Amino acid sequence: MRRVAVIGVGDTKFGELWDASFRDIGIRAGLAAVEDAKISAEMIDAVFVGNMSAGRFIEQEHIGALIADYAGLARDHIPATRVEAAGASGGLALRQGFMAVASGLHDIVVVGGAEKMMDVSDIASSMIQSSASDQEWETELGATFASLHALIARRHMHEYGTTREQLADVAVKNHKNGSLNPKAQFQREINRDVVLRSPLVADPLRVFDCSPSSDGAAAVVLCPLDDAKKYVETPVEIIGSGQASDTLALHHRRDILTMDATRIAAKKAFKRAGLEQKDVQLAEVHDNFTISEILAIEDLGFFKKGEGGKATEDGRTALDGEIAINTSGGLKARGDPIGATGLAQAVEVVTQLRGVAGKRQVKDASVGLTHNVGGTGATVIVHIFRRS
Amino acid sequence: MATAPRFWRQNPSRYNLIGIKCNSCGKNYFPPRAICPVCHRKSVGKIEPLKFKGEGAIFSFSEVHEGIDEKATLKPYLVAMVELDEGPKITGQVIDCDACDLKIGARVRTVLRKLSEEGSAGVIHYGYKFVPVRDKKE
Repeated sequence: MRRVAVIGVGDTKFGELWDASFRDIGIRAGLAAVEDAKISAEMIDAVFVGNMSAGRFIEQEHIGALIADYAGLARDHIPATRVEAAGASGGLALRQGFMAVASGLHDIVVVGGAEKMMDVSDIASSMIQSSASDQEWETELGATFASLHALIARRHMHEYGTTREQLADVAVKNHKNGSLNPKAQFQREINRDVVLRSPLVADPLRVFDCSPSSDGAAAVVLCPLDDAKKYVETPVEIIGSGQASDTLALHHRRDILTMDATRIAAKKAFKRAGLEQKDVQLAEVHDNFTISEILAIEDLGFFKKGEGGKATEDGRTALDGEIAINTSGGLKARGDPIGATGLAQAVEVVTQLRGVAGKRQVKDASVGLTHNVGGTGATVIVHIFRRS
Repeated sequence: MATAPRFWRQNPSRYNLIGIKCNSCGKNYFPPRAICPVCHRKSVGKIEPLKFKGEGAIFSFSEVHEGIDEKATLKPYLVAMVELDEGPKITGQVIDCDACDLKIGARVRTVLRKLSEEGSAGVIHYGYKFVPVRDKKE
């Protein structure tokens, strides 16, 4: 297998992008990544697009060809593939691109992710997001996507003594990071009270425990590491990639408080990278709900099971903590345009490893990790990046 | 929301709590599966239907304030993950119970109730919900 580098990154602002269509934002992010890589369109061998549900959000399927078309690549007739794994669609698209370059099949690959969620009502958006869990045995019986995470949160509090305040601290930290990110959907700091006084969504989770609906897109350009220096001064290598699956329904998991797919995906990625958790300085993890970040930092092996809440409360996951978690603001503050999220995580980690993250820059960052989850944990993708 | 045929296909299990038992490892599953995830190929031909009693204990629960679809009119409502006495966990609504009464570990049983309907004159879908099991002395 060939070693693979990221030579370009690009993204849109996340949020309510009323003036832009799905294809507009997809192309904006893709072009920015191509500009950043200093390549030209005819050099692109293949495109992968992560997208969860364009069919239901904008009634448009066949997204791979659409994006290649509006990127001006129709006459080049390159392979264009849409990839779906609910919330992990973007991370999975990145992994497909990584495998395509590593295998030698393609040299220059653009991987994008996009979702246009704001064209539908809040209720429609909730229903579409619920389709990431088991429609027949969870949703139709009354479980919303948020309530499934509420079940995890209440049980985590019951078994490990995680507090309501510690959940709030995840949101407070991520909003603080988001306030330093000009691309974030929410750029205002909040405090515990704001979270604890926000309306209930699914007890014990409140509005400020949940990531928002968002429009947005993000993209990266990949090539073999051996060629990377031709294009950019600071290539970032993808040194580990792991993917794992689990039961679709939360109630069938071995343990609802441990995302086994996270553990397995991380184990595979770390093994391939030849690194351990202590070698990582920052991670973008899938905080679609505050409780999700606590599970993630435990199951990725950064903290012991049950200690994620305390670690957050103690500031160990802050920008200046022992491992900076969600420096972009995470899904919570940077926003969560579902298919784009996995790529936005990669864009943030590459930006950090290049040392150009501005006010939110993590000092001496050389290794970063991304963690992208589909559903309540039925698909997990982990990537590890290193400045080369 | 699902259409009538999609609901009807699940009715035998939803109405009667029919799952399966794997006679290779002895584990029980709900809803039915063709293959035991523990035994894989060894389970072929060794899976038989099992009717669950519908009693169990609350494993976790939530009071849902932001509903989806037609359940929006019933807000807030309670959702719980319940560990059935035969082993598997299932998810559903809890009724006849205030949030303050509900505790992890509390005993519940399933009852057949209306889940949803396709508009005011449409097909009504039924399935299981949970009710608390009261202490007989009360």
